[in-house]
Amino acid sequence: MSDLLSPAARKSAAEVEEPHAVGAEDEPLYESRREIYQQSVKGRLRTIKWAVLFVCLGVYYFLPFVRWYRGPNQPDQAVLVDIANNRFYFFFIEIWPQEIYYFTGLLVMAALILFLMNAVAGRVWCGYLCPQTVWTDLFTTVERWVEGDRRERMIADSQPMSAAKAGRKILKHVLWLMIAWWTGGAWVLYFADAPTLVKDLATFQAPMVAYVWIGILTFTTYSLAGLMKEQVCLYMCPWPRIQAALTDQYALNVTYRYDRGEPRMSVKAAAKARQAEQPAGDCIDCRQCVVVCPTGVDIRDGAQLGCIQCGLCIDACNSVMTKVNRPLGLIAYDNDVNIERRREGLDEVYPIVRTRTVLYVAMIAAVGLVMLYGLMTRSFTDLSVLHDRNPLFVQLSDGSVRNSYTVRILNKRPLHRIFVLAVDELPLAKLTAVGVTTTSGDWPVVDVGPDSTREVIVHVTAAKPADLPASSRVTFRITELGSGEKVSVSDHFISR
Amino acid sequence: MAVQPEIDHATGRSTTGHEWDGIKELNSPLPKWWLYIFYATIVWSIGYWVVYPSWPLVTNYTKGVFGYASRHDVTRELDALKALRAERAAALARTPLEDISKDPTLLTFALAQGKAAFGDNCAPCHGLSATGSRSFPNLRDDTWLWGGGIGDIHQTIAFGIRNGDDRARQGVMPPLGGPNGVLKADEIVTVANFVRSLSGQSTRPNADLAKGKELFIANCAACHGEDGRGNRDLGAPNLTSRNYLYGSDEKTIIETITQGRGGVMPGWVTRLDETTVKSLAVYVHALGGGQ
Repeated sequence: MSDLLSPAARKSAAEVEEPHAVGAEDEPLYESRREIYQQSVKGRLRTIKWAVLFVCLGVYYFLPFVRWYRGPNQPDQAVLVDIANNRFYFFFIEIWPQEIYYFTGLLVMAALILFLMNAVAGRVWCGYLCPQTVWTDLFTTVERWVEGDRRERMIADSQPMSAAKAGRKILKHVLWLMIAWWTGGAWVLYFADAPTLVKDLATFQAPMVAYVWIGILTFTTYSLAGLMKEQVCLYMCPWPRIQAALTDQYALNVTYRYDRGEPRMSVKAAAKARQAEQPAGDCIDCRQCVVVCPTGVDIRDGAQLGCIQCGLCIDACNSVMTKVNRPLGLIAYDNDVNIERRREGLDEVYPIVRTRTVLYVAMIAAVGLVMLYGLMTRSFTDLSVLHDRNPLFVQLSDGSVRNSYTVRILNKRPLHRIFVLAVDELPLAKLTAVGVTTTSGDWPVVDVGPDSTREVIVHVTAAKPADLPASSRVTFRITELGSGEKVSVSDHFISR
Repeated sequence: MAVQPEIDHATGRSTTGHEWDGIKELNSPLPKWWLYIFYATIVWSIGYWVVYPSWPLVTNYTKGVFGYASRHDVTRELDALKALRAERAAALARTPLEDISKDPTLLTFALAQGKAAFGDNCAPCHGLSATGSRSFPNLRDDTWLWGGGIGDIHQTIAFGIRNGDDRARQGVMPPLGGPNGVLKADEIVTVANFVRSLSGQSTRPNADLAKGKELFIANCAACHGEDGRGNRDLGAPNLTSRNYLYGSDEKTIIETITQGRGGVMPGWVTRLDETTVKSLAVYVHALGGGQ
């Protein structure tokens, strides 16, 4: 595979023999930040990035204001994390705390989708969808709008501070802080009724915790997207390290096709070389791919940690190739295998359907179907029974035996419902519920409020424990009066 | 001493000279901001030492200029909790005992508070699960010396049994044996066997149950009743029950008749507030033995 080494690697391998002049003591212990002046770029991938940015931020900022009518006493917000009442609302889905495993499913699916994206097209998540990328892109755009493009900013920063320069810097930071503040503000809207909270926030009536969270998220957005930018990707994010273990030789990566680009030379020199039938690369070393890069890497050094695969270098290079009248795609989404194949004169291959991708898709589909099935078949009534362990049973004065249970009835419908509580499979059993006086026949009748749970302590007494085995099955059954809907749960009755 | 650094071929970077299994560590400098954050944490820690209690001394510790103590937090939290519960506590104080179970919210509140108070105050004798043990009543069964109605239970918890307080429940099982006793040793054995027969237990083959009954009516029936069903006003146990406080084997019953019994329970009105006593009554009543 030594032929697959990137040009930079081959270059430094050639320099091996020359001893390095820098002494250990002279090397810096800590690295100052290299300011990156990202230049604006136009092109197909840039357009896609704009579209993704607008969709993502649009959803994030406006989703809390989407209304969804659920009936009386229920919040009308389409997406709401109601921590005070232990509910999560997502359009038509209402999640109770014990159904939080749906989130586990979502997280498993998110991880698998990330793996799939990685197997198909490398770190496209990083380049297009990652919140850090989206907000950094927005902040950089604001910066460019206020302070000008790359050259203007570089010139301004090299000159002494002036009133005009200070004004622009201040304006930039004020705009950044406003975006950051709005970002933090939108976050808290997911946790309370959005229109009410906006009003309360404006009139300083909102709870302290809302202001604190807005403050925290304003600070993190401002510092991560405004001040830290690419350093988050380079130093903080674990994903570049993880993805290296997940990728393979067929994954599409932003690739400098050095088989086509090298040796680099000017347009004139290349024309001359071609006339003389000497080897000449398409790369004219204009460095446009470097100046448009949000993390400041040189893609011509090969795949590297700093590359977030946003493809802006592709747009930049293509516009240069158009100008110098060479074919496009000197930098393109390509894979390692093709570089070798082109050199050997073989056709390029882009196998999207591979064991790896098929497996990921199958796993995503499986998790999705399981979740969908769970969501479709889940009941709106639930019963949980907990046998008292301490003591397991109590002998009464007439020799009968009693077991106690904590029974919890869940009513997930937004209306008041009435249930008859009974036990099956235990002959001559009597059932009493603490605090319940209404009965239907011999069985207690429990009413449960809309969208809530009720816990009752239940005593089950068997008159003739001698007829029972030491442990026998007992089934608790609730029947809704009216609809006749039944739910039952089995437990044990201990008699000696 | 200036050392010529070793340069890694692939990256062109110098190495630190550290090597493990042929893999050499590159000298990759940390970013500056990282260093500054490290300095900031050092400054922060010094500020922390000044402001909060932090350093242990020989017999004491530095108090910090804020005078902070986690004890204050606990007090504040407890006060906040009390304030939070004030409304329900007031409702509990207002509501008559018998009506508490009719209000599910109030019942839940009383049960939770009662359970906690039981663990703190009652569990040492009656056990955490209220099953008691020898000489300490099981509060989960239906055998009640002084009555198992919620009012009876409240009365017992509030004032206790034979503890010297005038309001406490009084009752006495006198010693019937001994040198000056009204019953001789063999008579006690006879009565004990009769008592065992009351709850359907086996008796000695040669036991004279008719004689036992005669002696029982003469000496015991005043409190326990002729049928042995006891008298709750006096705390006289129901002897037909399967559950005996001190044990229902012959030896224990002989011991009980010979020496008498007189367990003591403290009254709790002097130690706990009214709503707690009420909650305890509701909780004990709900354990399953309530009548």
